[in-house]
Amino acid sequence: MLNESLDPRVNRLKLGHEGEVVTIVEGENWNAYEVFHQEKRGAHHEHVGSVQAPSAELALVFAKEQFARRKRCVNLWVVRSADILAFDVEDEDMFATNLEKTYRDASGFKVMEKINKFKGKK
Amino acid sequence: MYGGGYIFDEPNKRPMQDTIDDPVKLAEFEQRIADGHKIEPGDWMPNDYRKQLIRMIEQHAHSEIIGALPEGTWITRAPGFKRKLALIAKVQDEIGHGQLLYNAAQTLGKSREAMINDLLSGKSKYSNVFNYPAETWADVTVIGFLIDAAAIVNQVANAKGSYGPYCRALERICYEESFHLKQGHDAFIELATGTPMQRQMVQDALNRWWQPIMHFFGPPDKTSVHSEKLMKWKVKMASNDDMRNQFLDAYVPKIWELGLTLPDENLKKDEATGKWLFSDPDWDLFMKVINGGGPCNAERLQVRKWAEESGRWIRKALMNPNAARSFPVA
Repeated sequence: MLNESLDPRVNRLKLGHEGEVVTIVEGENWNAYEVFHQEKRGAHHEHVGSVQAPSAELALVFAKEQFARRKRCVNLWVVRSADILAFDVEDEDMFATNLEKTYRDASGFKVMEKINKFKGKK
Repeated sequence: MYGGGYIFDEPNKRPMQDTIDDPVKLAEFEQRIADGHKIEPGDWMPNDYRKQLIRMIEQHAHSEIIGALPEGTWITRAPGFKRKLALIAKVQDEIGHGQLLYNAAQTLGKSREAMINDLLSGKSKYSNVFNYPAETWADVTVIGFLIDAAAIVNQVANAKGSYGPYCRALERICYEESFHLKQGHDAFIELATGTPMQRQMVQDALNRWWQPIMHFFGPPDKTSVHSEKLMKWKVKMASNDDMRNQFLDAYVPKIWELGLTLPDENLKKDEATGKWLFSDPDWDLFMKVINGGGPCNAERLQVRKWAEESGRWIRKALMNPNAARSFPVA
């Protein structure tokens, strides 16, 4: 048995006995939804974490409590975590040559050199 | 808020099983961490890394949830409207931190239900400080100021760890904890600079909480067994003794300058080494409280069981029977 608690609310509860076994079953805490936060109009929605919820509508409610109770927020998105499709992390090397593709980049084109050379000739 | 330390010990005192990991993958994994890269949920990781992280994040989550209980009780009795609002906000934050952390732990493959069941059965632990009662409002100010300060030392260190989802959760948590610390400090200072009776209240609370605070970072390094590998893997980011010293260095002067005392006559800074000296805390008591023998262990767990049982009907009512199970991805 418990001694009198310092918490008046605890004393009003009908607590079970010490050693009582309480088990929650798999799935009782629902499913994971990923949350995307938009800080201001015109900005991208950015991934900020996840919540557990029984439906997308409630996931939005929980996302508001969890990720938008301070600071600026104008909108949130939620999506079932199971619906996220991502590359396998083992395939990370397919992005390895990105930085070498200077032909896709403004810095890969040096016109001033040619212009100066042309002007120098005159 | 949360303090580590004891969490790396196998709960049943069995030696930790080192399952054999592929040596090539292990070397790549360790190189990635040494290079300062983060590990993400889909990455290959050693069994022990996964196991230790689950244990650590899960126990951190439990600590946030259980930690809200001794403070939640003071919301109705907090002196004044602003302090009630602040305390409601803080307690809500702590529950939110628990949620963030359960999600981070789930990315490693343990279900939230399994974590909660392990808490309710006593298999999984939480921070020892929450097994002590908050007897007066002054205790709440000491918790809000010093326990949250200690938790920040621990969490700021862990936020630089190697596991991506845990680091991201901690970043958000540390930001909110800075408000907890500030509101705790404000309430503490109010008493410490108040009437003789208020000063006596806060002194009594300090005397009650000093031992649990010294226990907060866990046993001294010399008794810690698993630290080396966990530090190399950036699971554990600072040693118990280093974090305790960092805390003492920052906060003891803030207490002494108010003319308050701490119940340890050996407490002083060795100016030559920069290390704080103190009487050895009672580690037998620490172990006893972890294993269920503290003043509030039974009450905390029974309140959690009550909440799970009383909330079951609404969880079931909202359940969509056709929903396929999914875990967080990041």
